Amino acid sequence: MNKEAVVYASFGNFFRFLIQEMKPRGPWFTPFNVISIPIILIGVIILYFRFVYGLGSVVNLSQEVPWGLWKGLNVVTGVALAGGAYVITFVVYVMKVDKYHSIVRITVLNGFMAYTFYAGALLLDLGRPWFGYNPYIGNSFGFSSILFLICWHFLLYMLAAFIEFSPAVAEWMHWEKARKFLASLTLATVILGITLSLLHQSGLGALYLMAKTKIHPLWWSEFIPIQFFVSSVYAGLAMIIVEGTISHRVFKNFMEPNSHRSFEDIVLGLAKGAAITMFVYYFFKALLFIHEKQWELLNDGFGLWFLLEVIGFVLIPALMFAFGFKHKSVKVIKIAAVMALIGILLNRLNISIICFNWYADVRYFPSWQEFIVSMTVVFVQIWVFRWVVTRMPVLSSNHQHT
Amino acid sequence: MDRRGFLKTSLVVAGTALTSKKACAQEQRNSEEFVGVLVDTTRCIGCRACEVACSDEHDMFVPDVVNDGALDEHRKTSDKQWTVVNKFETGKGDVFVKRQCMHCYQAACATACPTEAMKQMEGGPVIWRGNKCIGCRICMISCPFNLVKFEFNEWNPKIQKCSLCFERLEEGKKPACVKACPSDALMFGTRLNNLKIARHRIYSHPDKYVHHIYGENEVGGTGYIYLSAVPFDQLGFPNDVGNTPYPEYTKEFLYSVPMVLFGAPAFLLGLNALAGNNKPSIEGEFDTNNEGANDE
Repeated sequence: MNKEAVVYASFGNFFRFLIQEMKPRGPWFTPFNVISIPIILIGVIILYFRFVYGLGSVVNLSQEVPWGLWKGLNVVTGVALAGGAYVITFVVYVMKVDKYHSIVRITVLNGFMAYTFYAGALLLDLGRPWFGYNPYIGNSFGFSSILFLICWHFLLYMLAAFIEFSPAVAEWMHWEKARKFLASLTLATVILGITLSLLHQSGLGALYLMAKTKIHPLWWSEFIPIQFFVSSVYAGLAMIIVEGTISHRVFKNFMEPNSHRSFEDIVLGLAKGAAITMFVYYFFKALLFIHEKQWELLNDGFGLWFLLEVIGFVLIPALMFAFGFKHKSVKVIKIAAVMALIGILLNRLNISIICFNWYADVRYFPSWQEFIVSMTVVFVQIWVFRWVVTRMPVLSSNHQHT
Repeated sequence: MDRRGFLKTSLVVAGTALTSKKACAQEQRNSEEFVGVLVDTTRCIGCRACEVACSDEHDMFVPDVVNDGALDEHRKTSDKQWTVVNKFETGKGDVFVKRQCMHCYQAACATACPTEAMKQMEGGPVIWRGNKCIGCRICMISCPFNLVKFEFNEWNPKIQKCSLCFERLEEGKKPACVKACPSDALMFGTRLNNLKIARHRIYSHPDKYVHHIYGENEVGGTGYIYLSAVPFDQLGFPNDVGNTPYPEYTKEFLYSVPMVLFGAPAFLLGLNALAGNNKPSIEGEFDTNNEGANDE
């Protein structure tokens, strides 16, 4: 009897705790809320039409352009930007570089959120999402399929990233034993996560290998997978810089007083890493370009577009990262990070949308509904992200807990 | 290695082993008798009986062949029609060309499909299976000929493409379009036999035909093969697809998968061991207090 009462009481406490934590904190009337709430509401209405009347009722896709903004932006670009999680966990847990310890949790959370919501975006784009369990259950495994590999990797990576993050959840719940157990899994899940990332970051590029004749020759190469992987490294680093900068403004109250100075130091380190990776990437791109003898392809609009992407948003930010590191200029580094992210966005959208079916008479341009839904996915992610950051020990160890 | 280290190691290995079975590349099928259709465009009279027969057979939209004037424009196969006949004005007069899924010998769509919904059946036909398909449309991205279609305007969409009348073949019948063809422009048979006939026709009428059988080598060979009096790029056939079977493009990547799945964890564990034991990083603990001190 007594035991039961204790269990009930602790359950009651648990739920009261949860409900308490669900309540909004802070002011409601912020610019972000004012913009995001209407867009999310419209997005939900659009999704109603999408599921009742079919994809065609809201998207501009066609038989020639089967993948559009939802896959090109949310999945292909979003996953590249989430690359920071595997890079930073590698540095902190495998190489044991303690300098970056303070950004591990927020980066892993970011990665986990990104994968959850972008795999979610994939479900919105699937024509038959109710069969979405097929790659996982049942006797219909497409072993020769890149997408099959990616399906599994997304699931496993989400699991790994969640376990990597779970000590923070346990701390938030005051589950000390669980925290210890979950923390002991960290190295294993980190290594699993890095391995999976190696394969699915490149795998996203491999999806386009069979679209050889459909993608402009300046962008298609048999080395797309390697390019995707290498660029995901600096995409992740640049994303940490940009996201960290925003966090330091928005979530100031949740941070340790001296974290601002150590963050600048971290940014310098990340800039060095990003500069080196970007130079490698640029060198690889240039080598491929020269090897394939593609000079005459530079003569038209696509050629200029290619130069803009590779020089304007790879080489120049790389130089800026190097300059910023050398002269300890965080400002230059932050601009470089934004430019590097634009470069990633350009590259992924070029391969998946802009230079896909580049020769077609009628080009695909996303409908306003596609833009709204893409933004809805991102905004909902930011909402959940904000909820977690303001409640769990993500940015600092002991606000409200000690 | 202590007990915890061992546990961690085995966890990693178990985790990767779980995922490794997907790494096996598709087996090479032996080149036994594949069936297909030989389309002789010099014999086609543009009656579009094949379109009607196909739609009848598969309960789809039946075109009004007499009145719809569809030959005036170049149509593509669609989610409503698995096969269409187009008219091309060429130096050798009007040429009619029937298009449908080519039933590639090594199909890109079936290789790319994550759930084997698109599957190459024994004997060659590439068919779509609704209970497996998740609607990801990677088959459309991968198809060298853009002949896989998707019902964008259905809440429960299907992939639509020619199945080579797989059910009819099972019953020992010919595909519906072949049966309906009044001018012997379509011939059903094994691919080897069709190739033999095609070569014989070119050999016996070297002036009538271009010396090229479309689909003999394209993308590694297709089930549907075509004969023509004019070069194929004048008939709307892509000439940039190459002779490499499309699965070859992803094969190398798939080969690298087991190496990464097993190599990377070993390498990372090794690095971790080399990185020393001086910091309690692996505890996942969060101590920013040390942090500041270390950095200054």
